[in-house]
Amino acid sequence: MASELETSSVELNGFSSRVWKKGEGPKLGFLAGFGGLPRWIPFLDALARERTVIVPSLPGFPGGERGHTVLDSHLDWVLTVRQLLQKAGLDGADLAGSSVGGSFAAEIAAIWPGSVGRLALIAPWGLFDEKEPMTDPWAQRAPDVPALLCADPERWNELKAEPEGANSPEWPIEQTRANEAAARAFWPLGNTRLEKRLPLIIASTLLIWGAEDRIMPRSYADRFAAAIAGKTRIATIPGAGHLAELDQPNEVAATILRWMKEDS
Amino acid sequence: MVSLRPLNMPSLWEKRAMKLMWFHLMPYTELPDDFRDKHPSVWVDIHSSLFDPRRAHHIYNDFMDELEFAAECGFDAVCVNEHHSNGYGLMPSPNLIASALARRTTDTALCVMGNSLALYNPPTRVAEEFAMIDVISGGRLIAGFPVGTPMDTCFAYGQNPSMLRDRYYEAHDLVLRAWTETDTFAFNGRFNQQRYVNIWPRPVQKPHPPIWIPGGGSIETWRWCAEMDHVYAYLSYFGYQAGQATMDGFWAEMDRLGKDRNPYRAGFLQFVGVAESREEAYRLYSEPAEYFYGRCLHVDPRFANAPGYTSEATQRAGVVGQVAQVARMRRFDTLAREMDAIVEKGYVIIGSPDEVAARLKEVATNLNVGHMMLLMQFGNMDKDLAKYNTQLFAERVMPQLTDTFAEWEDRWWPQPMKRDARAPLIPFQLAAMAAQ
Repeated sequence: MASELETSSVELNGFSSRVWKKGEGPKLGFLAGFGGLPRWIPFLDALARERTVIVPSLPGFPGGERGHTVLDSHLDWVLTVRQLLQKAGLDGADLAGSSVGGSFAAEIAAIWPGSVGRLALIAPWGLFDEKEPMTDPWAQRAPDVPALLCADPERWNELKAEPEGANSPEWPIEQTRANEAAARAFWPLGNTRLEKRLPLIIASTLLIWGAEDRIMPRSYADRFAAAIAGKTRIATIPGAGHLAELDQPNEVAATILRWMKEDS
Repeated sequence: MVSLRPLNMPSLWEKRAMKLMWFHLMPYTELPDDFRDKHPSVWVDIHSSLFDPRRAHHIYNDFMDELEFAAECGFDAVCVNEHHSNGYGLMPSPNLIASALARRTTDTALCVMGNSLALYNPPTRVAEEFAMIDVISGGRLIAGFPVGTPMDTCFAYGQNPSMLRDRYYEAHDLVLRAWTETDTFAFNGRFNQQRYVNIWPRPVQKPHPPIWIPGGGSIETWRWCAEMDHVYAYLSYFGYQAGQATMDGFWAEMDRLGKDRNPYRAGFLQFVGVAESREEAYRLYSEPAEYFYGRCLHVDPRFANAPGYTSEATQRAGVVGQVAQVARMRRFDTLAREMDAIVEKGYVIIGSPDEVAARLKEVATNLNVGHMMLLMQFGNMDKDLAKYNTQLFAERVMPQLTDTFAEWEDRWWPQPMKRDARAPLIPFQLAAMAAQ
């Protein structure tokens, strides 16, 4: 039986970041994707059945206050994410990340190879291929966004729905802030030149791609796999979009847990 | 025939009344009739096949003729602005046009409205180019510093929306120091580092050319303008009715900050079409107005905003940018595209000279705006009609507005060199004849 959800916070550059913790067993960190996590999601429960899941909020994303506003360079970002993981107790642990969070997880594994166990990346950002460009996630009409991010648009709508009775301008502002924080780190192409650093990753790496990802072309999975120095495997999840963990929480969690067991 | 300003006329620079400024957007005039149906956006990804450079050769030259004509007619200033990848604004570099105008006008202020500071690397480029225009023109420059729209800055120019404003403020401080510090200095900014800042040339106007800030309705911008003592200009395409709330907000904020209600703290954009009668004006200006509101404002809503472009304080206040407003108007079907509604909503003021004068006086008074920036060429209006509009306004409307706000001092108007100290500009034709 998994433990109850614990919420704490750590301080980074004068801003607070929320840290969620649930489950038992070896630690597994998760860095959320585009839009962040304004609420707990079933995917995390599925992971917590076998692992102690620790979910720190990236600066500027829900739970991360306005921490992005002091990060002016990519070096600022990666140093802050590194400190966040350390303060959340994830140094040396297995690490998973989705889209934006997946990109930072890869950075950490590349720059501080000893700080990450195994790596599970769900459609990570950070690369750009002119022949097959990543979809612009920001220049979109609001009604088109849910179907771009999830195979089932309702999954995104559920994540972003204002809690009943909240009725505050702060909720939509927080969601816009998450988009801004992603823009601050990845504008305009999503390309942080992570490709240069992929050969530094020696961790075993699982690449998960939603079969219906409408943001990151599937070919990017192969580019990641080819460049990463560690052992890699690619898993495609049917019925999942860019944020595969929202569309298919059980399948994505099971894929990660199964692979981590096989790899050990 | 238009009455050109006689050379012995008293200088405009001592004028103590509402300023009438002639503003050009330089719209491409050949967008097809089915533009709105066939093309997603006039801005950012407008298709290159719509642009005919040979036609644009004539468009530019016609537009520059119009600006020069407006100066000859006695408008206090001619105004140009900056847009990128834009089918209704053909001036990625307004400085090029202003520079040409500096050589073809003599007594008219040159209002560049303006240069989007965060787009220039290093921003001292703006300090240099504006100083050049100020020196060439003998001190006639008004220096506009817009943040720039999301379409221009974030999408067309790839600037990071989350850092744009901080970069803009820093660039503003750098340009001001570059204009005013006498010794070479090192600039150690958050975004810009320069070991040797020392621009040549230096502006004629001291301590620097007047600075005007085109902005939306954000309280932060109003406060900043008040703190810096810059002019705030509300450049809306939706006329005096829609502008009232914004200008009321601006003046309420000035009251709170203990600033006087000097109308020259503010500028306001208004479309105007004048003719012998209201019926005639309606007939003449319907097509260009409908072209502008129907085709030129056709911006894909996906470019209306970029995350971080609008500050959280502004989001809380519920203020939205102009193109986001259009998106909202479209959604609720309240954007006027037919002439009846365009006129009724006050986007364009039309009428006989007396009607236009009365309405403009009322607008200036109600909005308390001493710098009236008039769009008298709009949409696909041709040169003949633009000149007719301009000349009739100069001859029959302008004289009726000479006493408005005469009791206030305009501390934000250029202070050029005295006329007899400035280089005489020989008219082009004479120079050509002399050369033969």
